Amino acid sequence: METQTLIYIFVGASFALYVGIAIWSRAGSTSEFYVAGGGVHPVANGMATAADWMSAASFISMAGIIAFAGYDGSVYLMGWTGGYVLLALLLAPYLRKFGQFTVPDFIGERYYSSTARIVGVICLIFISFTYVAGQMRGVGIVFSRFLEVEIELGVILGMAVVFVYAVLGGMKGITYTQVAQYCVLIFAYLVPAIFISILVTSNPIPQLGLGSTVADGSGMSVLAKLDATLVDLGFTAYTEGSKAVIDVFAITFALMVGTAGLPHVIVRFFTVPKVSDARISALWALIFIALLYTTAPAVAAFARINFIDTVNNTSYQEAPAWLKNWEQIGLIGWMDKNGDGVIQYGAGAPYEGKPAYTGETGANGERVLSNTPTGSNNEIYVDRDIFVLANPEIAQLPGWVIALVAAGGLAAALSTAAGLLLVVSTSISHDLMKKTLMPKITDKQELRYARIAAAVAIGVAGYLGINPPGFVAQVVAFAFGLAAASLFPAILMGIFMRGMNREGAIAGMVTGLAFTFAYIVFFKFVSPELNSSEHWFLGISPEGIGTVGMVLNFLVAFAVRLATSAPPDEVQDMVEDIRVPTGAGVAHTH
Amino acid sequence: MSGSNDGGSNVYHHEGGNMPPHDHHDTEILTEENVRSYWHANLRLLGLLLAVWFIVSFGFGILFADPLNSIQFFGFKLGFWWAQQGSIYVFIGLIAYYVFAMKRIDRRYGVDDD
Repeated sequence: METQTLIYIFVGASFALYVGIAIWSRAGSTSEFYVAGGGVHPVANGMATAADWMSAASFISMAGIIAFAGYDGSVYLMGWTGGYVLLALLLAPYLRKFGQFTVPDFIGERYYSSTARIVGVICLIFISFTYVAGQMRGVGIVFSRFLEVEIELGVILGMAVVFVYAVLGGMKGITYTQVAQYCVLIFAYLVPAIFISILVTSNPIPQLGLGSTVADGSGMSVLAKLDATLVDLGFTAYTEGSKAVIDVFAITFALMVGTAGLPHVIVRFFTVPKVSDARISALWALIFIALLYTTAPAVAAFARINFIDTVNNTSYQEAPAWLKNWEQIGLIGWMDKNGDGVIQYGAGAPYEGKPAYTGETGANGERVLSNTPTGSNNEIYVDRDIFVLANPEIAQLPGWVIALVAAGGLAAALSTAAGLLLVVSTSISHDLMKKTLMPKITDKQELRYARIAAAVAIGVAGYLGINPPGFVAQVVAFAFGLAAASLFPAILMGIFMRGMNREGAIAGMVTGLAFTFAYIVFFKFVSPELNSSEHWFLGISPEGIGTVGMVLNFLVAFAVRLATSAPPDEVQDMVEDIRVPTGAGVAHTH
Repeated sequence: MSGSNDGGSNVYHHEGGNMPPHDHHDTEILTEENVRSYWHANLRLLGLLLAVWFIVSFGFGILFADPLNSIQFFGFKLGFWWAQQGSIYVFIGLIAYYVFAMKRIDRRYGVDDD
């Protein structure tokens, strides 16, 4: 069968599955809509958490980033898994015992303040929309490359599917759809990884293949060969970092703490029946995530080797079809700087900026570029996002593997988008409407507001997907930095410091948020020309500044606490209560 | 709220709410002292596990990655392996041990939820 037909079948079947699950698991009450009625099995919740967490960035972009960055890419591997240790040990069990619907709910009740609740809602909405925009770009890439439809139509199709299961099913629909999406995405990630591991090293387990010798008779190990090849081409060695140690440290820390503070991940732990289930669920979540995260560095290394082997010193006319396919949608651009018709690959940018095509066709059939060439020998620009998606083609795997990867990329993007949209809609209907503006509405009315908010949020996300703001990639640092500097410290102190009060927590959140926000905006938007290590505070990049924001949050909170009075007795009793696992009921409206 | 103040010593009554009926600690009463020592046992466990968490990722994977890279480990430089593989396996082990050890501590102090 044609690869194109297979792609339509795989993607169509997976969409039908998600919609089917949504219809089977409609939500009838706010408790079902917000936390799936609190009756999700810990293993199922672990799987749903893994799909919720692993976004288009994990599935599509991460291995590509590691392939280019080598050791420096480790920050994502450690940061996005190590956060689960913090989540499991410091937050999940206690928030489950607290037993409410949302993260601002905890902050509002614990700090007996609707100001604190509103600050929580603002952090949450900002973090979540930043994230959603990235998912929609992923959906757009997959649709335009594999389904050969316009990005607009692709995004609308994706939104329609999310609409059906998020608006109908709420958390209940999303949970069971995410379980299915996890199965699709992990299968789609592992199958090509295993094939490529066998091709490159003869070892079918990618994690072991990464440490094996290359099956080309050279007797070199994968990493030694990569180091040698890259140094030859003028890059730094794959296994050595180029970033300063303090920056790697700060970025990893911000990603870990940010992960633990992300609202759409935290609420997943509100859906299990008991406190001990929340712990077990976090364990399963990390196991399911680690399956992909330990495979990704292997995929990255194999992809880089394969890419250099097939592209470097190959004449453009004989270059494989995938290269031209990706060139067609603008993610690869070749400029024949020395006029020999052969692609030369090396360190440094080939030309200034991203490829700007003139619309003409060059002597070898390539798309002509109008960019100003640089002095480097490198002639080819490759977008990092294509690596995982192009891998099956680069390794010449059968058509069904390509179709599977397309379905997997969509599963990763849609599952995360749905989780994010749900926390946005619940924080609006529950925290803003029910708890702040209109406390008298009934459960039914609140549920209707939740559905309306979800529909509006999907509309906004769809708009962002079709008209992506140019700064999407740059604001990703926002989500983690802000979560690390605002929500995480407030929740942590809420549990572990019985005496922390309203004034301290709010002052801490506002300071952490404002500092981190200002630092990122300054270096990314106001003065991007200053965005280099000699101008950074302590040599910490905007990606890692959430770590400093978190420290500031704690310091300001402690200082303000010393100057103000202790929280009321009933709040201190509540803190005592959430520290003990016994008697965690299902959250209910009151 | 499960805390009630009866003249100096807090007594925590076990609330079963909508949990299925269970007999082994329906009659138990959690004293303030019991809850306090439970919390200290919990904090000791957290301190230990977070120390390991820090050492494998920030220690082996970042701060000491360079010296460790001079050691070969199954085809990997050791520092690189910790950063891209080893730390993740240890994270799983840490949470697994936490699940197991917390259950034991919960039972010892009579605050478990099953």
